[in-house]
Amino acid sequence: MDNKYFVDSDKLSEAALKKKHELENNPESRTNHMEYMNGMEQINSDICGKVISEMKSYDYDSYTAADVRSALSHENCTVEDLKALLSPAAEPFLEKMAERARLETQKHFGNTVYLFTPLYIANHCENYCIYCGFNCYNDIKRMKLDMKQLEHEMQVIADSGMEEILILTGESRSKSGVEYIGEACRLARKYFKMVGIEIYPVNTDEYRYLHECGVDYVTVFQETYDSDRYEQLHLMGHKRVWPYRFEAQERALMAGMRGVAGSALLGLSDFRKDALASALHMYYLQRKYPHAEISLSCPRLRPIVNNETINPLDVHERQLCQLLCAYRIFMPFCGITVSTRESETFRNGIVKIAATKVSAGVSTGIGDHESKYTGKENGSEGGDEQFEINDVRSLKKMYDDMSDEGLQPVLNDYLYV
Amino acid sequence: MNKNDDKLILGGHEFNSRFILGSGKYSMKLIEAAVRYAGAEIITLAVRRTNSKENENILDHIPEGITLLPNTSGARNADEAVRIARLARELGCGDFVKIEIMRDSKYLLPDNQETIKATEILAKEGFVVMPYMYPDLNAARDLVNAGAASVMPLASPIGSNKGLSTKDFIQILIDEIDLPIIVDAGIGRPSQACEAMEMGAAAVMSNTALATAGDLPSMAEAFRQAIEAGRKAYLAGLGRVLTRGASPSDSLTGFLRD
Repeated sequence: MDNKYFVDSDKLSEAALKKKHELENNPESRTNHMEYMNGMEQINSDICGKVISEMKSYDYDSYTAADVRSALSHENCTVEDLKALLSPAAEPFLEKMAERARLETQKHFGNTVYLFTPLYIANHCENYCIYCGFNCYNDIKRMKLDMKQLEHEMQVIADSGMEEILILTGESRSKSGVEYIGEACRLARKYFKMVGIEIYPVNTDEYRYLHECGVDYVTVFQETYDSDRYEQLHLMGHKRVWPYRFEAQERALMAGMRGVAGSALLGLSDFRKDALASALHMYYLQRKYPHAEISLSCPRLRPIVNNETINPLDVHERQLCQLLCAYRIFMPFCGITVSTRESETFRNGIVKIAATKVSAGVSTGIGDHESKYTGKENGSEGGDEQFEINDVRSLKKMYDDMSDEGLQPVLNDYLYV
Repeated sequence: MNKNDDKLILGGHEFNSRFILGSGKYSMKLIEAAVRYAGAEIITLAVRRTNSKENENILDHIPEGITLLPNTSGARNADEAVRIARLARELGCGDFVKIEIMRDSKYLLPDNQETIKATEILAKEGFVVMPYMYPDLNAARDLVNAGAASVMPLASPIGSNKGLSTKDFIQILIDEIDLPIIVDAGIGRPSQACEAMEMGAAAVMSNTALATAGDLPSMAEAFRQAIEAGRKAYLAGLGRVLTRGASPSDSLTGFLRD
């Protein structure tokens, strides 16, 4: 295991430190990550089995330049073609892949690029995920916005012109319950035309409730599809249960959500296998729920507060670009989101090839939009950030930059009816 | 037929142009040029995109005298399409509506059954209903009975630029349906638009073919010319049909005497 991820805060009690070290060093002390906890709904689905068997049998070194050429010559990209395009053999074909990806993006999305912003409403967390800034042993300022603070944040964001918002929380059912999130979403519908959530996975009835509160899009990151690696990274809490997380998008669709998004967090494990599994996860979901809008993201690891050694391993920009081109060629209709984890230069380039959605005006901290948007200090302290962002552009700057790139920025493409 | 009398009539409204422009896939500042070079009189707009607050709104870019054809894209069933259409009318987009109902996010194929239901409801409410559909004769007849003002069969999957993949079935609609048949979706080149018009389509709609072109205004103009040429050929062809029906000089029955 990568011990570089472990950081001990000097504010932890002796008992807490003891438990933390036990979890880190003794796998026997950890719960079975494949076993559902009490209250976690189990659904009957064959998607997981399909994705994991494809991922396990994927030997990316077995693909050759001939396989890549063949994949690029096909009008419709098969799963086998996708595997070739994600392989190291495809790296020398990056420019050709980008050309093909751009054509597919233009055919399906024209020159549009969707803009949105995330709003972190709480950073309490009950999980110990060793790479995450919100993990329960990390010494950060914790905060949960009350309804008044929430409304203020939303007003500030809405005043900037933003029309789509993604509500995020740390994963704490006790501190940030489903009803609290639901109320936040109801409030968000007053200020925004489109509301999505990126919260801990919940049961179908809870997704249905959140849908009634105005949520239409659910994003859940699987972190890694390699369940053994997942076990080593998510040592404690609800999030430790790998299959319950895998089935989150499907439960959301069963509950009536319009669309779902997902991805691995690239860099935690073998990124080529994780990329294949991410794409196939969304692919099989769309096959089973053909009306659903699906979207892929491509987060890479970023440094967190108190631990700067966390980095995206061998997923460099060239590799990231390769994955995104492969995703686009395989699923021309799929939304692709690129977050502020990536640089301004990368995002300006990738929106012309494959990405269809980018965030702007981003803060991953809690309650600090006013100071970040207007420079005005409101006197109260905010909560710490989940990770450090890279591209810090405001909505206006992003809007203008996208227009200058010849693209058509779209702030909302959905109508609640 | 006198060329000047050759109008496209939709819901009692007359149009000279037979090229309907899509608007969603290229920048708004190009809309005006596209309309001008295409000679278009009807332009579609997605209702779900029209209601932005402060930033660019497509309505600000539509030149005067152009008929808006709001579409119900995003609707997954008849009920949603009906609500979007009513909202469009409230927004001041007029009485025209293009019904698009898709339950498939991959190919965006229209759901004929739900489309028929929505057409019936909206036609009764006085809308000029132009339903996007998969070219099926029975569904087209149901649309006629439901009160549609035209029928808009797809040529190929939307955005594919693949041309007239459904040619034989569109021809059946042209032959059997008494409403204008407007070929929508999948037309990727002017030559394909021309072919559709030669077959007797009343009009052609295109969006992606322009959006993916290197020079959008020039491509808009090329489409206009192709559509006009195809229409002329179709009208000229009608003449040939009549000629074929007349008696040739060496009549097969010329020997009959009493």
